[in-house]
Amino acid sequence: METTPIQTEPVLTITGLTKFFGGLRAVHNFDLTIQPGQLLGLIGPNGAGKTTIFNMITGLYVPSGGEICFLGETILGQEPFEITRAGIGRTFQNIRLFPNLSVLDNVRIAYHPRAGYSMFDAIFRNSKYEAKERELTEQAQDFLAIFNLENIQNELAKNLPYGEQRRVEIARALACNPQLLLLDEPAAGMNPREIVQLMELIHFVRDRFKLTILLIEHQMRVVMGICEHITVMDFGEVIARGTPKEIQDNPKVIEAYLGKGAAHAA
Amino acid sequence: MGLIDIFTSLVKIIAVLAYVYGLLWVLGKSSRWVKIAGILVAFGIIQLVITVNIGGSPIFNGFDLGLLFQACSMTMVALGLNLIYGFNGQFSLGQYGFYGIGAYTAADITYRWINGDARGLIVVLSGVIIVGLMIFGLRQIIHRYRGIPVLTQFTLYLVGTILAGIVAVYIGRGIAPAINPLLGTNLVPGALAQGIPLQVVFFLAIICAGVFAAETSFLFGLPVLTLGSDYFGIATLGFTIVVNTLMLNSDTILPFPEMKGGRGMIGIPKLTTWFWAFVFLVLVIVVMRNIIRSSSGRTIMSVREDEVAARAMGVDVADTKLISFMVGSLFAGIGGAIYAHYIGFLSPNTFNFLLSFNPLIIVVFGGLGSMSGTIAATFGWTFFLEGLLRNLLGTMGTDAPTWRYVLYPVTLLVVMLIRPQGLLGTTEWGFLKDILIKPRVKPQVAAPGPIAPAESQQGLD
Repeated sequence: METTPIQTEPVLTITGLTKFFGGLRAVHNFDLTIQPGQLLGLIGPNGAGKTTIFNMITGLYVPSGGEICFLGETILGQEPFEITRAGIGRTFQNIRLFPNLSVLDNVRIAYHPRAGYSMFDAIFRNSKYEAKERELTEQAQDFLAIFNLENIQNELAKNLPYGEQRRVEIARALACNPQLLLLDEPAAGMNPREIVQLMELIHFVRDRFKLTILLIEHQMRVVMGICEHITVMDFGEVIARGTPKEIQDNPKVIEAYLGKGAAHAA
Repeated sequence: MGLIDIFTSLVKIIAVLAYVYGLLWVLGKSSRWVKIAGILVAFGIIQLVITVNIGGSPIFNGFDLGLLFQACSMTMVALGLNLIYGFNGQFSLGQYGFYGIGAYTAADITYRWINGDARGLIVVLSGVIIVGLMIFGLRQIIHRYRGIPVLTQFTLYLVGTILAGIVAVYIGRGIAPAINPLLGTNLVPGALAQGIPLQVVFFLAIICAGVFAAETSFLFGLPVLTLGSDYFGIATLGFTIVVNTLMLNSDTILPFPEMKGGRGMIGIPKLTTWFWAFVFLVLVIVVMRNIIRSSSGRTIMSVREDEVAARAMGVDVADTKLISFMVGSLFAGIGGAIYAHYIGFLSPNTFNFLLSFNPLIIVVFGGLGSMSGTIAATFGWTFFLEGLLRNLLGTMGTDAPTWRYVLYPVTLLVVMLIRPQGLLGTTEWGFLKDILIKPRVKPQVAAPGPIAPAESQQGLD
């Protein structure tokens, strides 16, 4: 990287982000910069404010203070759907598929902003509708095939096993055509075999779609295994940043996870 | 009951069943010509039982025909509600309010027309066009300046609507005197107040009624749809009560003496024929099917399934709710117009808020999110409650029809216990059925995972 003089603009720049819920300070003065192509892990004990940050990036929560810039432009004050269309896709901690819709429809909904026809075209079923709808469906099917989901495309999302639901959710987030993917605890509730597959999947999508990924995770195996950089949070503040190796040895991190005194014992 | 009665009753039931099923089935995956032929056959089945005489009277007498029209108009209302509640997940009790608005709007237009006053049509027609353009234009402007609060937007739209209304009234004053002489009076109809011109006016009146209801729903829905589903239900209940109160006082606080307030509006021309009822029913069904089976329709359903996830998938949730609410109200308005012109008499009691539960019962009964369920349930509901029970109990004595409202809830209870998901759940018949799309040929590069073996991970870059 040092040898290439090309100035790369960070994908996401967060400065001084703060969020209060009433009197509770969920996130305080949070800073983060993500370079293109990075796979960055965000870890911390329960209640550290990780998901709150995700919700602020995607516009579901309005920050109490601070600035979020995506590709050099502020996204504060934009609606969640505008932020998604700008290029930030996400998955949820507790899977939020559309349970009574088929896998194909779940993915096709993500294609809606790029459908290319209006509701009036659909009402009159004109040739534009026919062509664009077929194109959209084929794209969605090709997309499902990348994830080996084409055989279950007509299944209702709620009938899928847990691991498959995760795959569909990641596929759906990628169908929004994002440049930045936010994964909120993708390995939650998975067995070791599924976790290995998930890690392969994350590597695969990053290479295939040239993505930048921000990952929240509890499972140390996943974070240490795939993230290049890790940011550790506790009580809404950043307590450490660095490579997995540095983080593993950081006494503050050990203290946050295991309690005071654990660092001396370790 | 003689043999002929039993025979004709059987023929009626078979005809209606054949009609409903045939209509939906024929509109399926068949080719265009088969569809057109099938629609004509479906139309013809009922037309046949209306015209064929057995023992001196047609098989479908006036009472049955009334039931049929009621079923048609109620189907439109219930389909609209299914779009709002079943597909978009917004619990609404306001459907009867829009039904009433549509009924009164259309009735007023044709009533004035046959009584030698063209203002009704011209004011409403120009009004809905101007308001429509105004809403469209303002939306473009509002979208450009982000961050305008909903209530400010609402105020802008409201002011625009009032201005458009004033303009429409002046347009009416300007143009109507030129047309009025051609309309004649009620007793001596002029050239434009009979025959084909009257049918054209009726058609325009139906469209105006629907669009007027849709525009009202836009104004009402814009601030109210930001509420959660349950609160939205309460607000729409309030809307029904407001509309009902306005109807009750239409001759005092509103300047419409011909509506006669609580006494009910009489003398509406009975223009609804089987042709019109059929055409608009098919239109409503086809339009709704086309919306549901499109990208917009999928976003409508995604809002019902999970609002937060829908927003994260780039779906404009507020817009989607507003569109489904407007289309649902459009259908209700059209249904109201059809209703007003077959019954010939409108009473505010018909649009009482208690009765606004009727479409809700139908929609839940037929299955939330199932169009064919709604259609079947409406026809079943109308012919069961009004036709079968009233006829059957009517033969048992004068007090017996009161038992209708005991047997009806008991039937509902039993069905809901047996099938809590509604008659058809979320499944569809015929052309309403979701086409299952076959998986396509797999591309070479596939993600690692439970189905793909590990060798496919190599050679990605």
